[in-house]
Amino acid sequence: MRPVFRKLSAMLSVTLLLILTGCSNEKYLVLDPKGPIASAQKDLILITVAICTAIAIPVFIITAVIVWRYRERPNSKASYKPNWEHSTKLELTWWGIPIIAIIILAIVTVNYTYKLEPSTAIQSDKEPIEIQVTSLDWKWLFTYPEQGVATINYVQMPVDTPVRFKLTSDMAMNSFWIPSLGGQLYTMSGMAMTLHLLADEEGSYYGSGANFTGEHFAQMTFTANVTSQEEFDAWVEDVKATEAALTEEDVVKLKEKGTHEVAQFSSFPDNVFYDIMMQYVEEGEKGAHAHHVTTSEDAEASEHQHH
Amino acid sequence: MFETIKEFASEFFVTGDPMILGAQVSIALAMVAIVFVLTYFKKWRWLWSEWLTSVDHKKIGIMYIICSILMLFRGGVDALLMRVQLAAPELEFLHADHYNQIFTTHGVIMILFMAMPLMFGLFNIIVPLQIGARDVAFPFLNSFSFWMFFAGAMLFNLSFVIGGSPDAGWLAYPPLSELTGSPGVGQDFYIWGIQISGVGSLASGINFVVTILKMRAPGMKLMKMPMFSWSVLASSVTIMFAFPILTVTLFLLFLDRYVGAHFFTVDAGGNPMMYLNLIWMWGHPEVYIVVLPAFGIFSEVVATFSKKKIFGYKSMVFALMSISFFSFFTWAHHFFTMGSGANVNAFFAVTTMIIAIPTGVKVFNWLFTMYRGKLSFPTPMMWAVAFIPCFVVGGMTGVMLSVAPADFQFHNSYFLIAHFHQVLIGGVVFGYFAGLYYWWPKMFGFKLHEGLGKWAFWFWNIGFYVCFMPQYALGLMGMTRRFNEYNFDMGWQPLNVVSTIGAFLMGIAFIFQVWQIAHSIRFMKKENTGDNWGQGRTLEWSIPSPAPFYNFARTPKVVAQDDWWEKQQRRERGEADPAEVIAADNAPLEPIHMPKNSGIPIIMSGFWFIAGFGFVWDWTWMVVLGLVGVAVSMLARSFNYNDDYYVQVDEIERIEAAAARGAN
Amino acid sequence: MSQANAHSHDHGHHDQESLKQFGFWLFMITDVILFATLFATFVVLRGNTASGPIGAELIEMNGIIVSTFILLTSSFTSGLALLSMNKGDKKGLILWLAVSALLGLSFIYLEVNEFIHLVHEGANIGTSAYWSAFFTLVGTHGLHVSIGIVWMTAIIFQIAKRGITPVTKRKVNIISLYWHFLDAVWIFVFSIVYLMEVM
Repeated sequence: MRPVFRKLSAMLSVTLLLILTGCSNEKYLVLDPKGPIASAQKDLILITVAICTAIAIPVFIITAVIVWRYRERPNSKASYKPNWEHSTKLELTWWGIPIIAIIILAIVTVNYTYKLEPSTAIQSDKEPIEIQVTSLDWKWLFTYPEQGVATINYVQMPVDTPVRFKLTSDMAMNSFWIPSLGGQLYTMSGMAMTLHLLADEEGSYYGSGANFTGEHFAQMTFTANVTSQEEFDAWVEDVKATEAALTEEDVVKLKEKGTHEVAQFSSFPDNVFYDIMMQYVEEGEKGAHAHHVTTSEDAEASEHQHH
Repeated sequence: MFETIKEFASEFFVTGDPMILGAQVSIALAMVAIVFVLTYFKKWRWLWSEWLTSVDHKKIGIMYIICSILMLFRGGVDALLMRVQLAAPELEFLHADHYNQIFTTHGVIMILFMAMPLMFGLFNIIVPLQIGARDVAFPFLNSFSFWMFFAGAMLFNLSFVIGGSPDAGWLAYPPLSELTGSPGVGQDFYIWGIQISGVGSLASGINFVVTILKMRAPGMKLMKMPMFSWSVLASSVTIMFAFPILTVTLFLLFLDRYVGAHFFTVDAGGNPMMYLNLIWMWGHPEVYIVVLPAFGIFSEVVATFSKKKIFGYKSMVFALMSISFFSFFTWAHHFFTMGSGANVNAFFAVTTMIIAIPTGVKVFNWLFTMYRGKLSFPTPMMWAVAFIPCFVVGGMTGVMLSVAPADFQFHNSYFLIAHFHQVLIGGVVFGYFAGLYYWWPKMFGFKLHEGLGKWAFWFWNIGFYVCFMPQYALGLMGMTRRFNEYNFDMGWQPLNVVSTIGAFLMGIAFIFQVWQIAHSIRFMKKENTGDNWGQGRTLEWSIPSPAPFYNFARTPKVVAQDDWWEKQQRRERGEADPAEVIAADNAPLEPIHMPKNSGIPIIMSGFWFIAGFGFVWDWTWMVVLGLVGVAVSMLARSFNYNDDYYVQVDEIERIEAAAARGAN
Repeated sequence: MSQANAHSHDHGHHDQESLKQFGFWLFMITDVILFATLFATFVVLRGNTASGPIGAELIEMNGIIVSTFILLTSSFTSGLALLSMNKGDKKGLILWLAVSALLGLSFIYLEVNEFIHLVHEGANIGTSAYWSAFFTLVGTHGLHVSIGIVWMTAIIFQIAKRGITPVTKRKVNIISLYWHFLDAVWIFVFSIVYLMEVM
C-alpha cells in the first residue's frame, strides 16, 4: 500500500511543478519573459515539459497499478508468470515511444538552437545598440561605446531595441544572466562573446553572475533598467552632464578584489573594454585568442562565435 | 623564532573559526580514543593482520562501506550547514569564504568519497560471489585500490583542519582554481586527494573487468551472468576509459600551480576552456559510472522480490552497454553557455537526449518484471520502487536541460542543482541503499532491523522531495547556484526555508540508519542460512552468510540464468539436477589456492599520502621521501615471490561442517 | 571427475599468469587514453606560443632522429630478449634485456640534454602554453621509459636469481609489451610533436 502512497506523492509533486509553470507569477522570472528570446525559451521549456509529462504520467500510473495489483496476498487473483520475460510487442512499444518522443524533441531543439544562438542578431526594425560588459571580481562594468558613458552594477537599455552585448572578463570565468530577457553566456578573458537580447517591456529586471568566481560571487547581481528611448537618451545626457569620468586609476581600482556600489560615469578611457579583454594576450600572439579581438569598430565583422 | 612558529602554525592549522576548532579538537580526541581502545584491548595485531593487510574482497568491501558512511556524514553536515545559511536572506551564519569551502567539499566528498567507495564496496562484496569466484582477479591490486582511496580521502579531509579546504567548486574551474584565483593550499589538497584516490579507482576498474571476463564459474556464459555483474562490467569499462582523462587534467592543473605551466591560465596562451572540456569528458562518464551499478542493483532487487525473472535481459544488457558508450559523447552539455556555437550545442543536445532512451527502456523493463510477479516489500524493494518515480522525474528535468537554448535559462541555477541531486540521490543513493540493505545479511549473517529501516526510508524520501522540489521553482525564480546569500526582495526565502526543512528530514533519516545499524548489530539474530531472503536467485545466496573466506568450497557448475533460483525450483518440483551440476556439487574437496595478506598496499599508499602532502606544501624533501617510498614498495612487491598459499582440505571440511550445522 | 578438478587446480597457476597478462593489456588501454588526452591538449595548444619562441626555432631534429633510432633499436633488442627466453636461453635473455635497458637509458640521457638545451634557449615549461604542452607530453613519455628501465632492471635481477619460470616469463612478456607500447607512443610523439613542427 505504502509504495503507492509514494507514487501519489511523486505525482503530486510533478503536478505542482506543472501548476507552477502555468503561473505567470512575477517571481518566476524564467516563466515571465520580458523579451522575445526569453519568450522563445519559455515556449521551448513548456513544449519539453509537455512531451516528457506525456511519458512520465503513464509511467507513474503503471507503476502504481502494478505495485498494487501484484503484491503477494493469500487470495490474490492476479496472475503469476515467474518465467515470462519477453514480449517483442512490448519491447517495440517502449523502445519506440521514447525514440519518437526524442526525435520530435531533437528536431525542435536543433531548430531552436540555431534560432536562439546568442551571437545571432535579433530581427528588428530598430538599429541595435552595443553595450560592452566586463565581469570583474566582484562587480559588473558596463561601457556604452555609442553613448560614451559607463555604469557599474546596472545596465540601462531602451525598450524594443536589440542590444548587442559584448562580454568579457577581467580574469575569472563568469556568466552574464538576465533571466527575464533571456539566457546567459559565459564571460572569459581574452575574448568578446556576443549575446543579443531585446526587452519589449519597460521595467527593472534582475540580473546576476551565473558562474562561480570566488569569495564575493553572491554580490555579482545587477539590474537591467529598460526605459523608453526618450528616457534612455535623457539618462545619457544627464550622466554625461553630472557624473564624474571613469579614469584609468578608477579602472585599476576596479580590478582589485572587492565589491562596488551602483555607479555611473560620464566617460570612460578609450578602448577600456578591449584593453581589459586583451590584457593577458601579448602583441602578435598566435593562437585561439587572436580570433576574438574586437573593438566597437569591427563588432560587425566578428559576428559569429568561435569553435 | 617563536614568532616564526606562531606564523607558520596559523597558516598551517586552520584557525579563527569556532566550528572548525571544535572539529579539530574532536578529531584529535577521536584519534586518541581509537589508539587507546586498540592498545587497551590489545587489538593492534588483529587490526593489522585481519583488516589492514587483508586482500580478501569481502573485507575490503566492508572497509570501503565503513568509509563511505563516515563520508556521508561529513558531506551531509556540509549540506545542512549550507541549508541553514540559505534559510534566511543575508544570514551571517557562515562567512562567504567558509560557505564556498563547504559547498566545494560537499560536492567532492559526496561523489568521490561517498558514492565511489560505496559503489566499490558493493562491487567487492558481491561480484566474486555472484560469478562463483573465490576472489577478484588481482586481490593485491584490490587492496591497493582501497588504500589509495583511503589515502586520497584522508589527504582531502585533512585540509579541513590543516591549511584550509579548497573553495573553487567541486570541479575547480580555472582561472579561479589557478594560483591567481586560489593562492592557498586548499586547491592543492584537492588536486592530490582526488588524484591519489583516482589511481585506486582506475585500478579497480581494470580489476573488475578482468574478474568478470575471466573468472566466471564454468557454465556461466556472459548472457547467463546476473544483471548486477553486467552493470559492474559496464561501469568498470567506463572507469577504464574515463579516469585517465581525470588523471591528466588534474596533473596539468597541478603543473600550472606547481611549476608555472600555462595550460589553463589566462596568460601566455593558456586556455581555460580546455579544462572545462577535459574535466567534463571525465565528469559526464563519471556520473554514469556511479548510476549503472545502481541500475544493476535494482534489477537484482526487483527480480528477487517479484519472484520473477528480470524482463528483457538482453535488452537490459544492451541498454547498459549503450549508456556506457554514449556517456562519452555528451560532455559539452555541461557548458552549453560557453558559446561553442549552434553546431556544437545542437550535436551535444541530441546525444544527451539519445541517452535518455535506453534509460527509459530500463524503467519499463523493471515495471514489467514486477508485472505478473508476486511482490513483497521488504526495505530493499521499497527503495527500488521509490527510485522509479524519483528517477523518472529527474530524467525528465535532464531532458529539459538537454534542450540547449532552454539550458541558457537553467544553467548554474537551482534548477540544475535540483536535477542533479534528484538523479544522484533518487538514482545512485537510493540504489546503493537498496543494495546495502539487500546484501547486508550476506556480509554479516543478520538482517538490518526492518522497522528502523522503514523510518529511515520515509524520512529520506519525504525529506528529499521537500528539500529539492522547491529548488526547481527557485531556479525558475532566477536563483543562481553557489550564492552564499541572497536578497530579501527576490522572494526566495519561503521556498528556501522549505528546502532547509527537507534537508534536516534527510539528516534525521541518516540518524535512523545509524541507529538501525547499531541496533541490528546488537539485537538482530544471526541467521543460519545462506539464502537470507528465502527467494534468492543468484549464486551469492548459495553459500553461507557470511561467506567463508574462500567463498566456494567447490567450484559451482552453472547451467542457467538465475542459477540458484532454478536449482531451488528443481528441488520444489522434485526434479534432479543435471549430471554436471551433481558432479560439481559432490566433487571431492581440493586444496584451495588463496593469496596471502600484504602490508605493501597500505604502506605504499601511506607513501603516496606523504608525497601528496609534500606537493601541497611544496616541501621537496617530503615529496622525494614519499616517491622513493613508493618506488621501494613497488620493487618489494616485484621481488616478492611468496604471495600465495593453499587452504588444506581438512580446514575446508571443518568450516563447511560448521556452516552446515548452523544451516536449516 | 577428479581429472576435471586436477585440471582446474593447474588452471589456478597457469590462469594466474595469463590473467595478469590480460590485465596488463587493459592497463595499456588506459595508458593509451592517458597519452591521447595529452596529445589532444598538445594539438589544441600548439599554436599558443604567446609571442615567445616557437618549436620550429629551437627543435634540433638531428638529435631527435638519433633518439628515435635508439628507442626503436631497444624495442628490437627486447624482441630478441623474448626470443632467447622462449628458447630457454637465460644468458641471452639477460643480455638482451640489459642492452634494451641501456639503450633506453641513452634515450633518456639524450632527452634530458634536449630539455636542458631548450631551457637555456629560453623555452621552459612556463614560457607559454605550447611549451607547457610540449614538455608535459614528451616528458610523460620519458617518465614512462624511465620507470620501464628500473622495472626491466628489477626483472633482470629476478631472472638471474630464479631463472626462466612461468612467473618470470610472464614478467618478461609484460615488460616487453610495455616497452613496445612506449615505442608506438614515441612514433606518434615524433610525428605530431617534432615532424609536424619543423615541416
